[in-house]
Amino acid sequence: MKRFLSIVGALIGVAAMWEGYKWFGQTTDGVWPGTSRELPVATDDLTMPHVGEIVGSLFEPVQRGRSETLAVFLLKSAWFTFREAAMGFVIGTLFGLGLAVIMLRTRVAERGLLPWINISQTIPLIALAPIIVTWGRSTFLSDTQAVALIAAYLTFFPVAVNGLKGLQSPNPADVELMQSYAAPWSQTLWKVRLPASRPYLFPAFRVAATASVVGAIVGEISSGVRGGLGRVILEFASRYSTGPERLYASVLAAALLGLVVFGLVAIAETVLLKRSGEEARA
Amino acid sequence: MPESSTQPAIQLKGISKIFNAGTDKEVRALEAIDLDIQPGQFISLIGPSGCGKSTLLRVIGDLIESTAGETKVFGKPAHQARLDRDYGMAFQKAGLFGWRTVAANIELPLELMGWDKTARKAKSAEMLDLVKLSDFGKHRPWQLSGGMQQRVAIARALSFSPQLLLMDEPFGALDEMTREHMQLELLRIHRETGTTVVFVTHSIPEAAFLSDRVVVLSPRPGRVHSVIEVDYGPGDRSDETRQMPEFFKKTTEVREALRAVEVAAGETL
Ligand SMILES: Nc1ncnc2c1ncn2[C@@H]1O[C@H](COP(=O)(O)OP(=O)(O)O)[C@@H](O)[C@H]1O
Ligand SMILES: [Mg+2]
Repeated sequence: MKRFLSIVGALIGVAAMWEGYKWFGQTTDGVWPGTSRELPVATDDLTMPHVGEIVGSLFEPVQRGRSETLAVFLLKSAWFTFREAAMGFVIGTLFGLGLAVIMLRTRVAERGLLPWINISQTIPLIALAPIIVTWGRSTFLSDTQAVALIAAYLTFFPVAVNGLKGLQSPNPADVELMQSYAAPWSQTLWKVRLPASRPYLFPAFRVAATASVVGAIVGEISSGVRGGLGRVILEFASRYSTGPERLYASVLAAALLGLVVFGLVAIAETVLLKRSGEEARA
Repeated sequence: MPESSTQPAIQLKGISKIFNAGTDKEVRALEAIDLDIQPGQFISLIGPSGCGKSTLLRVIGDLIESTAGETKVFGKPAHQARLDRDYGMAFQKAGLFGWRTVAANIELPLELMGWDKTARKAKSAEMLDLVKLSDFGKHRPWQLSGGMQQRVAIARALSFSPQLLLMDEPFGALDEMTREHMQLELLRIHRETGTTVVFVTHSIPEAAFLSDRVVVLSPRPGRVHSVIEVDYGPGDRSDETRQMPEFFKKTTEVREALRAVEVAAGETL
């Protein structure tokens, strides 16, 4: 509840700053007072529509002649993108965990793989996304599955890196204890290393969850998949001059989706980590 | 079985351990250790820090391999004994898992050995009784004091009735009162279960109070300096034992052996 209030407070703060800056620009004619230097961002209604107008547009029909409001339309689009992101999150998480386990298992793999995992994230997603979509089309993958893969590409990285750290986090004595029971390697992984890595994994999951939304939206934009927020943003951007408030509304929807996904992981963390009282140890 | 009563629980022949052999970080941790330990005995390993006590314990437990020599446990190679789950181990840090309850920590080895849930529950309740923590099964380890945690670790080590208990300074981090109390508990458990115990310590009174034999190690390289037999006569050892002249005699004997070891080590430096 406290967290929720702080988010609402932050939103109100941003809206106030937006309107304040706009008002300031309007009264000074778009220049710093007493100079002729222009403000960094123009404050006219086309560049910065009023907050009220952005919110108001949510309740207007999305298109003339259609009964669906923009809010409903954005919700549907967000749900579409959410499913892609969720699929990407699951794929990326499993892949990242798999990599972490492989790197844990063999020093050689760790030394061989870790640099590549790091390099992989320096490739701009914008360049990579169309390649993945093209490959997807030449195989059995649908475009939405290709978009999920793009989301997974951003997701696996934090999971692999933090996962490895977490899996390596138990004391040598804890591992020796398992050895003394002649426990197979898989049991040590399952009963010691994985539980011990939860405090490392959850922060990674939070980053990965928001990254998967970004990945899905960028993927939609570069593949032209219809139905999600990416496409919506693209279309409203091209029709900016006739309705700037709608672009802002759709960007806002994307940001909210990121927040929701972040919140879902935080809830899962509370249930899986804190319910067992482990936060009391800190 | 008359045979097994004559067969040593542990037989060490010519055990040497060199870490990082052939590099400039080479450490000769153990050299030519010969030692026989009889079933049901309580043996302490004592010696200056760095003399190889933990290393020797880890060789016995097959957590590391010796560079030379032979380790037999109940007539088998140590490796086989580990696969047969002959060892219970407890270290200075209790090493309990915070994501498990106290009872679930005790049940961990049983889980690994494929016990079913009812049997596990019954056993952990029995072990909690043994270490006098019956009311704490549902607690988390970090809700317990250091001494209680150490008792849980001992209960875990004994839960599957291993024939051999290996302990590395298990009471090293406890305050003196708790420590003396834990020593009594350990002796009681040792009597009740008949488990053979190898106990690493650097406390002279602790070694003299607990052991049937105290093995004094000398450092660089770790060797057996002397073995001191301890017998306080019939009857269980208790807090009164600590007041007996015989007890003072033994602590003095162990102390003198340790002094001799330190003098000798000083001369070789
Ligand atoms: N894994 C290891 N690698 C290198 N040297 C080690 C290792 N373990 C122990 N040693 C060295 O072996 C010697 C004996 O160590 P240890 O058995 O821990 O002594 P103690 O338990 O008697 O204090 C020490 O000099 C220590 O530094
Ligand atoms: Mg030691």
